[in-house]
Amino acid sequence: MTGLFKELFANDFAVPLVMGFAFGILCRINLLRTDYRQYPTYPHGKIIQISLGVIAAALGSVAIPALLKENYTAVTFLTVAAQQFRDVRNMERTTLTEIDKQELVPRGGPYIEGIAMVFEGRNYLVIFCSLATTFSAIFFHWWGGLIAGIVSLVIAKYLMAGKTLSLIVDVEPAEVRVEGKDLYVGDIYIMNVGLEDAQNMIRQHGMGMILSPKDPNAKVTIAQPGQRQAILHDVGAQLGVYMDTGEPSLTPLAKRDLTTGRLGVFFLPQVKDVEKARAVVGAVPILESVYRKPSRAKQD
Amino acid sequence: MTSNILAVITLNKERITGAVPIFVCSEHQEQQQIAFLLEKILDGMVHEVTADTLIIVRH
Repeated sequence: MTGLFKELFANDFAVPLVMGFAFGILCRINLLRTDYRQYPTYPHGKIIQISLGVIAAALGSVAIPALLKENYTAVTFLTVAAQQFRDVRNMERTTLTEIDKQELVPRGGPYIEGIAMVFEGRNYLVIFCSLATTFSAIFFHWWGGLIAGIVSLVIAKYLMAGKTLSLIVDVEPAEVRVEGKDLYVGDIYIMNVGLEDAQNMIRQHGMGMILSPKDPNAKVTIAQPGQRQAILHDVGAQLGVYMDTGEPSLTPLAKRDLTTGRLGVFFLPQVKDVEKARAVVGAVPILESVYRKPSRAKQD
Repeated sequence: MTSNILAVITLNKERITGAVPIFVCSEHQEQQQIAFLLEKILDGMVHEVTADTLIIVRH
């Protein structure tokens, strides 16, 4: 038995390779969670993501030993990897867009783009994690590899944590007012509801939130339709929606107050819990593609 | 995608003309009932334009 192990580990790089590979897979599993946002889907979505993570881990861990053995052309397969992972982004975007067509409250283009970018980015992080671990294990013995592996796991987790809306806006619950045909959330006008039946349903089940931007950059960010649709989708996904296909009078809506830049969000949740709704809105991710910082623009 | 007026339900037929289906009603309750049915059938949304006129719009 020990003879077999001695043979397996006779190769100089066996331990670093195994460590790099293992930490790469751990990194991917660490970053993978079917969180409350219901993505990736369980179980096949998760299997696909883990498999891609395994490939990325293998690539990352093999890179340094290949260079040390002076097999420089092996580095070119890293470019193949980049191509493959870009295809992953396309695949995710296509899948999500197809699903979105049949959602009660769709995610919207920018949200989908953000999710697809995240999956590409995570595979690159796995390559980095494996690379760092193998490198350290080769030059600093196995405990160096262990430390480097743990550190890169922590860094990867930190890099992947996105910003949430609570950073840039204050979320306050607001009263839903139905005055005849006019629907207001607080003092923000939402829409015209003509049917008395719908007016009563809204009075009974409706909930409103007002988002006040903390600074001028936030004002521009929450104005973007992509960000607003993401808020509506997340609220619908977590609180349930009291609506159906073909009933536009119960659709969640987000409208701006043009003078102050505040956003009024109107929706009908299945679960009418104000504090939970406030927490959900605060936890909506700020989409990378719509995050604006106009005050940073240099004025000449 | 542009919004279209699918139907008009009014109490005062003199005020509306045009190439849309117009439903003339005699009282408010009847107007609400017809609007309710049409909203469900057409998958549109009912809006109140004036006190005596409702429109059904496809958004």
